[in-house]
Amino acid sequence: MARLSVDQEMQPAMPRVPYKRRSNGFARFIRQIDLQLMVLPALALIFVFSYIPMYGVLIAFQDYKIGHSFTGSPWVGWKHFAYFFHSPDFYTVMRNTIVISLLKFCIGFPAPILLALMLNEVRKMVFKRVVQTITYLPHFMSWVILGGLVASLLATDNGSLNMLLERLGTIQEPINFLSLPKYFWTILITTNVWKEIGFGSIVYLAAIAGVDPNTYEAASIDGASRFKQIYLITLPSIMPVISIFMILAIGNLLSAGFEDILVLAVNPALRDVSDVIDTYVIRVGINNYRYSYATAVGLFKAVVSVGLLTIANYVARKSGNSLW
Amino acid sequence: MYSSRGDRVMVVFIYVFLIVFALSTLYPFLNAIAISLNEGLDTAKGGITLWPRAFTLENYEVVFQDERLMSGFVISVLRTIVGTVSAILATAIFSYGMTKRELMGRKYYMLMCIFTMYFSGGLIPTFLLIRNLGMFNSFWVYIIPSLIGVWNMIIFRTFFQGLPQGLEESAKIDGCGNWGTLFRIVLPLSGPVIATLSLFTAVGHWNEWFVASIYISKEELLPIQTILKQILASNIVSEQTANLDAAAQAHMAQAKTVTSKSLSMATMMVATLPIVMVYPFVQKYFVKGVLVGSLKE
Repeated sequence: MARLSVDQEMQPAMPRVPYKRRSNGFARFIRQIDLQLMVLPALALIFVFSYIPMYGVLIAFQDYKIGHSFTGSPWVGWKHFAYFFHSPDFYTVMRNTIVISLLKFCIGFPAPILLALMLNEVRKMVFKRVVQTITYLPHFMSWVILGGLVASLLATDNGSLNMLLERLGTIQEPINFLSLPKYFWTILITTNVWKEIGFGSIVYLAAIAGVDPNTYEAASIDGASRFKQIYLITLPSIMPVISIFMILAIGNLLSAGFEDILVLAVNPALRDVSDVIDTYVIRVGINNYRYSYATAVGLFKAVVSVGLLTIANYVARKSGNSLW
Repeated sequence: MYSSRGDRVMVVFIYVFLIVFALSTLYPFLNAIAISLNEGLDTAKGGITLWPRAFTLENYEVVFQDERLMSGFVISVLRTIVGTVSAILATAIFSYGMTKRELMGRKYYMLMCIFTMYFSGGLIPTFLLIRNLGMFNSFWVYIIPSLIGVWNMIIFRTFFQGLPQGLEESAKIDGCGNWGTLFRIVLPLSGPVIATLSLFTAVGHWNEWFVASIYISKEELLPIQTILKQILASNIVSEQTANLDAAAQAHMAQAKTVTSKSLSMATMMVATLPIVMVYPFVQKYFVKGVLVGSLKE
């Protein structure tokens, strides 16, 4: 290793060194072919499955016909984008995407931080471990299973929630929660928090563990209450971690998952509140075969996402916690 | 220890909150287990919460008799094993190559990888590509596109770079090539990172259902999660009998107490079982894995 790097650094300084060894690129490449063979097949896979689809985005500007290559169909310019912006679906889809993303962000992002702060106050280690074990569990279940559990809890025929509400006397008739639009966002966000809160708290707990214990001691001698210690020591100490994860979350704002929606919004009656860009792309593209149109919608989302990430990072850089 | 009254109130509040929170997190699972072990007709009368009232294993019997579900289970196991082993192996080889400073073009290769983390072609172009590659209705659609994970590559690479250089050098002196060094020296030393990433990948494979739902129409190739999704969807919409195959339906008619709800709960439990079984290991390694990942950021 060391020998080789010395070799490389010395070459420009000593022009006459090796007579035959003064390798042109190709000969060097052949000599390290065993090394190249480690990486080239993987790069070929990345090229095929990541870069060819990027090139395939071009069909957003065509009327793509099945069986043609990605550039073999007639070009139509911005037609599909214009169609999307003027279609009646645009308002619904954009509203749902923005509302659901913002709700997920505003509730789903701080929730793990709160949990971590609370867990950190627990001094009984066994209790802490048990709570952690339980709250991590949903993260490892597929959305299909979680969707099934939620549907079962909310079912009209002896779903637990309806039974509870009936016993409490708040409702007379069981409510079919998963078919009424007004409950959907609440259900979706609650389920998301349920799945990710525990797992999301791991990073923050690790960050909190890195805070110097002496700081707390000093604060408590100065008379700061536990609450004040959280507010004035713990939170500021983990702020860098929080802001990095916030940037990532903002970058993913528009692609905050669609599996949850596919699993929970089975009932077509919910489409008005459940249709987001991703599910819309799946429906019009894959189920209705409008490939070019769906690609245009997807591209629109990708561009907005990159924009959001750039803005978030710009703001973070101003405050001193940049991702790049 | 808790000096002021305010502190004590806060601590009590935190304990109470965490207990309630943990119980409500766990409740849906316990409820589903209870329903899956209860006679379906009895469940329909309502009132099942944490404990089965009329205990039976009939729901599970019907599940295990349904050939479609069992074939789904086998496909899930197969894709998890094949997918995990091949992806970890391929990614490890790739990452090891990428740690070598003398690798020509390393900087460009790395850029090529990083870029894919920020931008992707999106669902439809990928869908059309898979279609043009003839991977529709092929088992390999589960394996090949997810063979190389850039994120995993970075984690592997960071780990490899942390190994003592001397070991590799002495292997070189003893006449080991790059491949020999990887398989005889580096991989045997990489137990923890291999375990962590394998668990990540395996859980991902087991839980994945969307790929199958768009690329696979042959029933015998569907994994259990996708089949379960179809069953649950038809339950939610119609609340009618789930579409079972003939043998299972006959058994169900004969059993009489099984309903579609008790049946889907039993199926869900069967589909969750492997996760619950590996969960203790998962917990041990995942926490480390998450931290490894976040350190990179």
